[in-house]
Amino acid sequence: MRERLRKPWPDHRAERMLGAVSLLFAVFVLAMIVFVAVRAVPIFHYDGLSWLTGSGNLENQVSTMTNASVGARPSTYALSAWPIIYGTVITSVIAVAVGLVIAILASVYIVELAPERLRRVTVPVVRLLASVPSVIYGLIGVLVLVPFFNEHLITTGQQESVDNVVQLTGGGLGVASLILTIMITPIMIALICEALITVPVSWKEGAVALGLNPLRAIRSVHLRAIRPAIVAAAVLASARAVGEAIMISMVSGGKFFSPKPIDGLVFFYEPLRTLASTIVDFHEGLASPPLRASLYAFALLLLFAALFFSVAGYLIKLPLRRYQTRG
Amino acid sequence: MSTYAQPDGTLKGGRRSSPRSWRWSDRIVLVLAWAVGILLCAIAAGIVVYLAVQGIRYLSPTLVFSRPQTSASQAGSGGFLDPLLGTCMLALIGTAVAVPLAVCAALWIVEYGRPSWLARVVESTIEVIAGTPDIVIALFGLSVFELGVFAPLSFTSEKGGVFGQSLVIAGIMMSLLAIPPIFAASRDGLQQVPVHLREAAFALGKTRITTIRRVLLPRVRSNISTGVTLGISRIIGDTAIVLLLAGGTLRIETQGGVPVLNVLRGTTGSLTTYVYENSPAGEGGAPQKAYAAAFVLLMFVLVLNLTVERIGRRDAANSGAALTQGVV
Repeated sequence: MRERLRKPWPDHRAERMLGAVSLLFAVFVLAMIVFVAVRAVPIFHYDGLSWLTGSGNLENQVSTMTNASVGARPSTYALSAWPIIYGTVITSVIAVAVGLVIAILASVYIVELAPERLRRVTVPVVRLLASVPSVIYGLIGVLVLVPFFNEHLITTGQQESVDNVVQLTGGGLGVASLILTIMITPIMIALICEALITVPVSWKEGAVALGLNPLRAIRSVHLRAIRPAIVAAAVLASARAVGEAIMISMVSGGKFFSPKPIDGLVFFYEPLRTLASTIVDFHEGLASPPLRASLYAFALLLLFAALFFSVAGYLIKLPLRRYQTRG
Repeated sequence: MSTYAQPDGTLKGGRRSSPRSWRWSDRIVLVLAWAVGILLCAIAAGIVVYLAVQGIRYLSPTLVFSRPQTSASQAGSGGFLDPLLGTCMLALIGTAVAVPLAVCAALWIVEYGRPSWLARVVESTIEVIAGTPDIVIALFGLSVFELGVFAPLSFTSEKGGVFGQSLVIAGIMMSLLAIPPIFAASRDGLQQVPVHLREAAFALGKTRITTIRRVLLPRVRSNISTGVTLGISRIIGDTAIVLLLAGGTLRIETQGGVPVLNVLRGTTGSLTTYVYENSPAGEGGAPQKAYAAAFVLLMFVLVLNLTVERIGRRDAANSGAALTQGVV
């Protein structure tokens, strides 16, 4: 037996071995969907799909669940998760929208404008921003930005205007989406830069020869050519933004509240929770069956979002790939 | 010096179009692009300098080398030796699991990859894993390892309840964070190996697998190490999985009496959970200690980043490709 293992393997056996290992990943993703879905079944059983709406008071529902024991009555399973779904969407949309503008400008700067010496600084900086752990972003947020918002930006008048609805403590939509923007922008910069580099130099030379100034050429030729890459970057960044848990849980104020755009500037100071941050906030309540089922339901939603984004990213990149093979 | 340079760093020859003659909107965009580039550098510098100032102020050898204590007062709560060790062990277990899996998958896809639809499926599932939030991976791990079958791996209660939490479980699930970067780096490395190298080996009568072992793997070693470095920095930066699967405890708690196994089956924290618990978001007792631990963590990340940079420079990759590596 040992002799057989020591001898060089025949090719077909090696191929089958490596293939089996690779297939593990596919099995794994399937298992992930199945396991998470099975744990979330009670919520679907008691609430159907109505848990996605905002018909009830989530705050009360979760505290009922936290205190529930094994064999709890079906009524404790009542869940209306709309506030946190809304929180997830609103933080991600703001972060991706702001981040996309920054990322396009920064990529143009890195690829076309920056002198070599500055570029050599900027590239590692972008990579560093991408690799700073989210807990460090959260720490700076909760110890620096939240107190700053609380003491310098939120006025007493603003505080009083929403006093009967929610307490403003500094942590909220503003800080959360600000830091989230910084966290996801590097991803978009990397993808957009990668695409910008593949644009043939002759295209720009042509545009400049036609009398466009270099910047106009970048805007009208380069950015147009890489449009699919820009959309793909936004999609990938949204996937990251939606799943961010720890940082949001640290700086978002930790309240089941839906910030209302109608409140004007106060909108950005209002606290919220997202799907992922709710899981972190309540992970100690996993022993309670209803809460556990709810958290797994949130995870299932996140998992579907991840699948959706990855399929969307693939489909968007298809035309880009075709254009690259042709050019 | 003009504000405009060619991508290769040389200035354009001949008459340059000066921004002075541009339209206003173009000038504004030019200024904004420069401002954003500098702003990014300022943010990164701000984070590093701020944490360095706060961290060095509170960091002391006793803090690093003493074990944490449960205590109400900051003076009595000890240092973060245990979380530091926890981080190192998690990184070790995570990469040990991730490297063989990721490299095998990369080898199969590049060197065999038949049937091609299956190869595409495998590639996209790894992309899905990369896009799955860590908190979902943590919940999934919990739901799997709670099963009675995995009791030998898990922290258990005295009555025999399986918590699905332990150092080794967290390490195994964390390998999923490291797999996508290692896979991507080794796949890209393999694809760059010229075909004639393989053909030369085949002409000498070598089988594919021997070619892989003797020719290809030595060639892509630096790519794999880039991937591993990126994977480690993903692992040490992760909080959610440690919090849910390793217990996120202050000290390394052992389980059972067998020397090494008791640590592996026990619960632990990491630098990230230490920062989280000591910040106002957790128990909130000790922001100074959170700063000190965060600084140590950031130093790890910086060192790993520099390592990637150094390996990348040796391979003389252009800035764009080097940028994507490790960010996405």
